[in-house]
Amino acid sequence: MDTSVITDNLAQYVSGAWLTLHLVFISCLCGLALAIPLAVLRVSRNHLVSGTVGVYTYFFRGTPMLVQLLLIYYGFAQFQWLQDQWQAEHPLWLLFREPYFCALLAFALNTCAYTTEIIAGSMRNVPHGEIEAARAMGMSYPTLLRRIVLPSALRRAIPAYSNEIILMLQGSSIASAVTLVDITGAARNVYSVHFAPFEAFVFAGLIYLVLTFALVGAFRLAERHWLAHLQPRKSAAAPVPSA
Amino acid sequence: MHAVVDYLPSILSGALLTLELALLSLFMALVLGLTGAAAKLSKIAPARWTATLYTTVMRGVPDLVMMLLVFYGGQILVNEVGDRLGWDYVEIDPFVAGFVTIGVIFGAYFTETFRGAFQSVPAGQLEAGAAYGLSRWQVFARILFPQMLRFALPGVGNNWLVLLKSTAIVSMIGLSDMTWLADQAGRSTREPFLFYMVVCVLYLLMTAVSGVVLDWLTRRYNVGVRASVL
Repeated sequence: MDTSVITDNLAQYVSGAWLTLHLVFISCLCGLALAIPLAVLRVSRNHLVSGTVGVYTYFFRGTPMLVQLLLIYYGFAQFQWLQDQWQAEHPLWLLFREPYFCALLAFALNTCAYTTEIIAGSMRNVPHGEIEAARAMGMSYPTLLRRIVLPSALRRAIPAYSNEIILMLQGSSIASAVTLVDITGAARNVYSVHFAPFEAFVFAGLIYLVLTFALVGAFRLAERHWLAHLQPRKSAAAPVPSA
Repeated sequence: MHAVVDYLPSILSGALLTLELALLSLFMALVLGLTGAAAKLSKIAPARWTATLYTTVMRGVPDLVMMLLVFYGGQILVNEVGDRLGWDYVEIDPFVAGFVTIGVIFGAYFTETFRGAFQSVPAGQLEAGAAYGLSRWQVFARILFPQMLRFALPGVGNNWLVLLKSTAIVSMIGLSDMTWLADQAGRSTREPFLFYMVVCVLYLLMTAVSGVVLDWLTRRYNVGVRASVL
């Protein structure tokens, strides 16, 4: 091991880690924001509505994220219409020439599909009695969702959602396929300059490992906070039966 | 549309390669998973520590980073060893690097699946076997293992679907799987969207077939188990 390969290129790894982090953070945030309304549609009793969302989630969960990314970055350029927009320098469509934007879009659409199914599954598992009780109180459907179903479903989705974010962190390493220099991209650069694969990739692996641990720790805290009501009662806190 | 017809045989041969790679990786991952689960449940502490280290590292490092390490690092390692033994220059085959990496990574996921499944078999079953005078091996082969499979099946099915999709990254170390071939076809015909869509459809087809097989296996392994009705 030649540690100078790593120390000389530390700046590249740090900026790569920064790119990885905000790619994952922004795409997960957008994915989650879009997944909540989609999950509501997914559990709809109207088969046309739930089926349409189902087709979207089936496509994005059934194909590799790498292919989705290539489809957006290289694939869309096939259409003459898009190239005409580029010629006209239309600001919105020019985004599709940016690898950063394409990666963000592919990641967000991918994680949104998984998150939609996680939240929809969690919504279906809300105890029936709670829904009946809410109906009996005369709640309308939007009120029922807002006050009863979503607060409970979103909390119980946290464990599955934490797995999804960790998979996104790992999955984001394909960003280097569209020329982005994330952690993996930095390692590939270092490898090609110094021809030192062990130093380059082991160090990248360590950064991912540390980020994964940090995420696991953060989610453990989140679960302790939002799922406190589902924890087994601690014996010390158990009420002492009065004599 | 004719471009697809011209390139279809090539892409289908890539699909076959993807499938071979996935099945070989699956086999390796199943073997490693069973070994890992045995180590995690073993009474020998160093075996448990090794298995925990293995699952933690493999699940915390992206498959692409691991694959690049195996492909480029393995190349150097093999030739350094080869130099001392007086071999000729050895080229690491991306296919081998691909299936070893995917197999080793998913071995970690299967370790967790099998560990949970082994622990789900009620202890009374094993005690009953011992009470009938079965040897420890007989208890394992006739009682523990077959029942464990039923509990492991949903997890195995999920892991398989994830594994199948992660084979796409071998195209990044230059293996001509269907993603790589579609990329080439897309470049030469200037119709990349079309060819990536073909790859998507082929992956969806593979997932759909896997779903049918998994449903059949689930039914088969749940014969005699009453489903709980809520």
